[in-house]
Amino acid sequence: MRNKYVAFPYVGWMALFVVAPLIVVVVYALTTRDGSLTLDNFSSMLQYAPVFGRSFFLALLATAICILLGYPMAYYLSRERGWLRRMATMLIMLPMWMNFLLRTYSWVFLLERNGLFNSLLESFGLPKVNIIDTSGAVVLGMVYNFLPFMVLPIYSVIEKIDYRVIEAAQDLGANSAQVFRRVIFPLSLPGVLSGITMVFIPSVSTFVISRLLGGGKELLLGDLIEMQFLGSAYNPHLGSAISLVMMVIVLVCMGIMNRFGEGEEEAMLL
Amino acid sequence: MKKTLALMLSLMMLIGLLSGCVSTRDESTSDGDSTSGDSSAQQTSGGVVNVYNWGEYIDESVLEDFEEATGITVNYQMYDSNETMYAKIAGGGADYDVVIPSDYMIARMIEEDMLEPLNFDNIPNFADIDPALLNPAYDPENLYSVPYMWGLMGVIYNTTMVDEADIGSWDLMWNEKYAGDILTYDNSRDAIGIALKLLGYSYNTTDEAQIKEAVDLLIEQKPLIQAYVMDQIFDKMQGGNAAIGSYYYGDFLTMQEVNPDLAFYIPEEGANIYVDAMCILKDAKNKENAEAFINYMCSTEAGLKNCEAICYSTPLMSVREELDPEVSGDIYAYPDESVMAKCESYAGLPQETLDLYDSEWTRLKSTSVD
Repeated sequence: MRNKYVAFPYVGWMALFVVAPLIVVVVYALTTRDGSLTLDNFSSMLQYAPVFGRSFFLALLATAICILLGYPMAYYLSRERGWLRRMATMLIMLPMWMNFLLRTYSWVFLLERNGLFNSLLESFGLPKVNIIDTSGAVVLGMVYNFLPFMVLPIYSVIEKIDYRVIEAAQDLGANSAQVFRRVIFPLSLPGVLSGITMVFIPSVSTFVISRLLGGGKELLLGDLIEMQFLGSAYNPHLGSAISLVMMVIVLVCMGIMNRFGEGEEEAMLL
Repeated sequence: MKKTLALMLSLMMLIGLLSGCVSTRDESTSDGDSTSGDSSAQQTSGGVVNVYNWGEYIDESVLEDFEEATGITVNYQMYDSNETMYAKIAGGGADYDVVIPSDYMIARMIEEDMLEPLNFDNIPNFADIDPALLNPAYDPENLYSVPYMWGLMGVIYNTTMVDEADIGSWDLMWNEKYAGDILTYDNSRDAIGIALKLLGYSYNTTDEAQIKEAVDLLIEQKPLIQAYVMDQIFDKMQGGNAAIGSYYYGDFLTMQEVNPDLAFYIPEEGANIYVDAMCILKDAKNKENAEAFINYMCSTEAGLKNCEAICYSTPLMSVREELDPEVSGDIYAYPDESVMAKCESYAGLPQETLDLYDSEWTRLKSTSVD
């Protein structure tokens, strides 16, 4: 029990930089410019419903693509041994050592009308494609930036699955598809769930990706909030209210999802 | 337990992301921050003046000249948009004496009582300011501001991609021939302003119906737009990635140096003339030093250095005389009355109209084109 004192610095940190700012956000969300209490910031929220809808849709799409790409990769990685695995893990981590903004900017240069990708197509005599400044480019940016956060948790969970469980299933006559469906996949769900959390939340709140790759044509939640603090409309009260609503929706989503993760029966429903 | 942990984790990540957003911005401004002079030297004979200006908007040797001439130490910091500057000062975390916002922001700051009236006895060089720039709409009695630099907004186009027969009006930006090759501003004031001008209205209208009509026009334009940009326009226009965009003439000159195919015109419906002016913040601690700084910036020597370094138009008559005739004769840098007559500056808008701009801008941005 004495050990609990070691957590004190972190508790202090959390209180100062997590709890206190949250209180400030709540206070801002419930007040107007002149400081009186109000719920107007929330009642005007309905007009932003399309923005909420689009942000959640694009983030869900990016998360789904990350699962489809990331799960097989993580599964394959956990089966490999030796240098190939070390190399692959390294390659997945490598882009994360670079600044997020730089990585996104480099996609701009790649996808630009006269960018590298289109120049290559042109030199093969193929027609140019317009990817930049579309919703597709935004999803691409999300998947690219956040894919490692899907692969790594799934990989570390599958890797820790006791191999004897799989052998037992095989001994009992399960074929490899059944082993995967009935044993490996359910046991890997905690990894998938934390992967979803780690991809979905940054995707739903991004504003850099949508501005650089989406051409600012489709407003996302992050853009909307940033606009209220540093953009053309200075209204931190509305910005705080939108942030709070977003936090609540995300927390509810995560809560529901985690309920599915609790029992194996329910997990199968996913 | 696992659930609580995940909830905590997601909460923390969310906070981290939100604060991350802010800190990226802070970094980008602090990257540009340069402090000329040492703050520990604040007790020197002449004292200190804290200046907050746009990034890349001065010849920095001017600051040293000023320190030498007056013995006043300059603490110089930079911002990247009027809104960032406003947010920092409105938030109360800043302690600046001199700020250099644009016209409409000055009007807003006067309205919100954030600026201090100037003592023009301490700014004798004010007499050198172009009379055409005195008593502007944003500061009708000229009590709070001294122009620093100014210029025009217009249309930039790529001569290899745009047919010369199509130019001349703002409607070029609605021309379906160039669908997907058009750039416009990623801020409500400038973007809505273009549509207001095309409709023949004032930039400073507070008529709800006119503003909504302008935004309807922008929604019509949206499928043709490649992107809503600010400084990304440099890369897009320089690289030939877009054919048409609207931006400021000083920046156009910079782009044209890289890509000689670019050209510029002022649309016949008229365009924006903008002024960035020096102001002193309410309750500034070093008001007299600040006035000395403003006065120095209006000297011919400092004005000439700045003008040559940043290519914007100078408000100082004596500097204009000293400029290369090719520069001072540039019709768009120093427009004659026929061009000036078409231009209108932004005035401050009442809070109601600002709120309308915000909700209308959101309406435009959240309209789907796919």
